[in-house]
Amino acid sequence: MIKTDILIIGAGPTGLFTVFEAGLLKLKCHLIDALPQPGGQCSEIYPKKPIYDIPAYPEILAGELTEKLLEQSKQFEPGFTLGERAETIEKQTDGTFLVTTNKGTQHCAPVVAIAGGLGSFEPRKPLLDNISNFEDKGVAYMIKDPEVYRDKRVVIAGGGDSALDWSIFLSDVAKEVTLIHRRTEFRGALDSVEKVQELKDKGLINLITPAEVTGLFGANHLEAIEVTKADEAPQRIETDAFIPLFGLSPKLGPIANWGLEIEKNAIKVNNALDYQTNIPGIFAIGDVNTYPGKLKLILCGFHEATLMCQAAYKIINPGKRLILKYTTVTGVDGFDGSRKEAPKSVVKSID
Amino acid sequence: MSSSDIHIKITDRLGKAHTVEAPTDMALNLMEIVRMYELAPEGTIGVCGGMAMCASCQCYIQSTHELPEKSDDEEAMLSEALHVQPNSRLGCQIQILPELEGLEIKLAPEE
Repeated sequence: MIKTDILIIGAGPTGLFTVFEAGLLKLKCHLIDALPQPGGQCSEIYPKKPIYDIPAYPEILAGELTEKLLEQSKQFEPGFTLGERAETIEKQTDGTFLVTTNKGTQHCAPVVAIAGGLGSFEPRKPLLDNISNFEDKGVAYMIKDPEVYRDKRVVIAGGGDSALDWSIFLSDVAKEVTLIHRRTEFRGALDSVEKVQELKDKGLINLITPAEVTGLFGANHLEAIEVTKADEAPQRIETDAFIPLFGLSPKLGPIANWGLEIEKNAIKVNNALDYQTNIPGIFAIGDVNTYPGKLKLILCGFHEATLMCQAAYKIINPGKRLILKYTTVTGVDGFDGSRKEAPKSVVKSID
Repeated sequence: MSSSDIHIKITDRLGKAHTVEAPTDMALNLMEIVRMYELAPEGTIGVCGGMAMCASCQCYIQSTHELPEKSDDEEAMLSEALHVQPNSRLGCQIQILPELEGLEIKLAPEE
């Protein structure tokens, strides 16, 4: 069981900045994110794209913003549960919340801050009517352990980096790799595209383009797929595995069933005060919340996170008074024993 | 209506047609017009913000207007999207310009 002061759901920019603001108030944070790395959309969808409206940064790449936020909150030693999706929430008799992920990891905290953006990123599935029958029986939407495919026949579909990179990797592990894409052009790093070309020329990757997987067959386990090339008759390929890699799309997901008031696919909060939801102790900050005049901007998420931490302090330290302190005046004391402070001015007389 | 507005007919995902006025002088794109008039629920359109990196603003062009060519990014995204038809476009990549007066589109189903 992981115990913390503020349990943050979502490790995007808003969630990461919460760690810093909470740290200034001596509150510890732990973050849960469905993605395997922190940064949310900034690292998953557009790490190489510039952002122009972060105060004091005329231009910053989304990936760089993530790195800087991690660095800023590092001394407050946040915990991370990555690659797991927050599934259920339960209020316990002592007033704290128990949040369990899809992998069964349990987290306990008196305050929960949902900073979930657009939701958790789920793989996009191709439209094949019997595909769900074969999930975990030959069909997988992401590769967790490539060893599963050793000496097997594998069909990968998709045209992005992950389809290219896994085709390259598995060409060395699997017995047979077939890569199917709707176009002849691939959207990926130049190196990967060239490598696939090379492996195709050597006969190590069977490339079928422009084509689409149009059928799946098998009794219990996947046995074959049907692939259709434009203007040609469908063709059957025997295979042990089919891995469609069509990217990820965000879904609000299980949070929608937590009893929170939802409006326009977002969580309603009290913006006059502290961004608390209809359940006391649960807050929603950043793109995941809504209130009159809401703007889904990173900089608004930072503001919301800061005010939320003040309210969290009062819940965690009932009756205690809190006074605003400036980091320039008091410095920053990390939980790791580090201290940052403004250099003292020198007092020395001039003769 | 301002003199710089054009009319666009948008059929929503439930099949209902709306004719809306779209300003041509605000650097807007088609996805933003749909959001402006709330013709698709928030969170189901323009998910990536307009970078041609998701297909939530996919629409079918139903009139004969000549549109700008697809960029590589749009082409690549549409090649991975679902429900794609020959007349599919990403709304976020279509700027609202005076020559689009009378444009008719239909929103593609949510993925």
